Amino acid sequence: MTTWWRWCTLSNVVTLLGLGVVCLVPTILGLFPGIPLGYVLYLVSLGLIYAIVALGLNLLFGYAGQFSLGHAGFFAIGAYTSAILTTRADLPFILALPGAGLLTAAIGFLLGLPALRLTGLYLAIATLGFGLSIPQLILWLREWTGGSMGLHKLPFASIPLGPFPAIVFRTDQEYYYLALGVLIVMTFLARNIVNSDTGRAFIAIRDSEIAARAMGVNLVRYKTTAFAVSAFYAGIAGSLYAHLLHGISPEDFTVFLSIDFVTMVVLGGLASVSGALYGAFMLTLLQNLLTRLPIVSEFKNLYIVVLGLILILTVSFFPHGIAGAVQEARQRIERRIEKMLVGL
Amino acid sequence: MTQPLLEIKNLTMRFGGLVAVERLDLTVNAGEIVGLIGPNGAGKTTVFNCISRFYNPERGTIHFQGRDITRVPSHEIIRLGIARTFQNVELCRSMTVLQNLLLGQHVRMRSGVIRDGLRLSETTRSEREAIQRAMDIIELLDLMPYRHYPAAVLPFGLQKMVELGRALVSQPLLLLLDEPAAGANAHETRRLADLIRDIREQFHLSILLVEHDMTFVMGLCQRLYVLDFGRKIAEGTPEEIQNHPAVIEAYLGESAVAL
Repeated sequence: MTTWWRWCTLSNVVTLLGLGVVCLVPTILGLFPGIPLGYVLYLVSLGLIYAIVALGLNLLFGYAGQFSLGHAGFFAIGAYTSAILTTRADLPFILALPGAGLLTAAIGFLLGLPALRLTGLYLAIATLGFGLSIPQLILWLREWTGGSMGLHKLPFASIPLGPFPAIVFRTDQEYYYLALGVLIVMTFLARNIVNSDTGRAFIAIRDSEIAARAMGVNLVRYKTTAFAVSAFYAGIAGSLYAHLLHGISPEDFTVFLSIDFVTMVVLGGLASVSGALYGAFMLTLLQNLLTRLPIVSEFKNLYIVVLGLILILTVSFFPHGIAGAVQEARQRIERRIEKMLVGL
Repeated sequence: MTQPLLEIKNLTMRFGGLVAVERLDLTVNAGEIVGLIGPNGAGKTTVFNCISRFYNPERGTIHFQGRDITRVPSHEIIRLGIARTFQNVELCRSMTVLQNLLLGQHVRMRSGVIRDGLRLSETTRSEREAIQRAMDIIELLDLMPYRHYPAAVLPFGLQKMVELGRALVSQPLLLLLDEPAAGANAHETRRLADLIRDIREQFHLSILLVEHDMTFVMGLCQRLYVLDFGRKIAEGTPEEIQNHPAVIEAYLGESAVAL
């Protein structure tokens, strides 16, 4: 018998409260007149979008153990697919978004095929090559992509509601809710995948390919699946990115972005769904807000050194990333609460 | 005459110029416990790796239930009903004991990334059933206290047990055990022999095992094959093997025969 109150576990309640808080972020920020609300919400939305990429990369790298230095390439494919579909084919955003995800997934599947024979550093080099070649391909396909000028004046994202007026995401605040909604759905999917038979097959491939094969895991099927799913996440995020900026160009998708994605996953915590979210947020905010700190802003590019220092310290002191540190802290607090309750 | 469950004919496997197994014939009949013994490097594990299709034999055929499996992909083997353990344990180290036993049921579960991502009610049900089956095996093997521990933190003996459980939970017809008693003391070895006999009764299994421990093998197996340098030098009941001159020579050297 399932009754509704059995759902009210501590972790579910905490999750729900957390969701409530993130929904109120724009309102809370609005209470402080000193904060440039539009800019901060734009940054937070960017963090949400990168978090979607990090979730997908974590499925591939953290869970299935397949390294990728080419995720900016998938991200670019998603962004351009969505931009082309909405500007050239006049498709509504609501179709371009899943379209971008699915096309990118198909390309991820194809990249997964040569990746079957590669592991470790060799796979890193192969995916790096993929990531490097995508901006070049975009330049060549000028008729579609606008070449180095890129594509601009993308329409506002909107969700049609049948007979009712469509929801249009015009302001930064509105876009924040769109990105948040998509991230919540993608987080839900990722959590289900890692806790399922598919997730176990991924982990088995990472832990021991021999054990995986002996237990009947079809390596070809699950490695290509991991690539396709991971690319799907990057494609969806790319579409959201294109419509957040209303314009994209090839230089948005350099190898540095691929490295950022890997950094987010490692920083947040490998093989942790919440870790991908922490890592994406932390890196995005640090990269953009460090330059505004009092002393750091006075020296050119000092923020990069500070960022590097923070990254080194984080990975040295929290080998399991931010998610590992959070979990440890939570267990410590729970133990303390338990002790207090016993004392009463 | 009934058909043997597993029938290996003329199996040859070479690595470079090194002969690992040469022209081996071996059968396992339904319900039997068969032992494969021999000195280190005799090619026992190579035979296992050919059956579970990690190696492509150079020559020869392997039939299971009358079906030729010599060229079947390795991940299909467990679906056909052959499950194995490994000499040095191949568990998924970061997974808990329970998760390892769920992985053992991978081929019995209808999975798919979309189905799993959306967590359809069918997925939830098959997951719940899988957990139940895993728990039954965990109970049987006395692993209850460790079920939520990552496999990596368990001592070697328990890891071997988890691996046995992971093979069992796939509901195989034939179980391949690679040195199940490795690292166990005399008392543990006796208990393990009892356990293997019980398991065979309860699950109607046939078992092919590789082992070094002679007392263990002699007490447990109905038939034995002895390999030396990749060749079969003897086969028969434990009594026949014990007094076979070629076996004594292989194990103790020629001087022993002269004595």
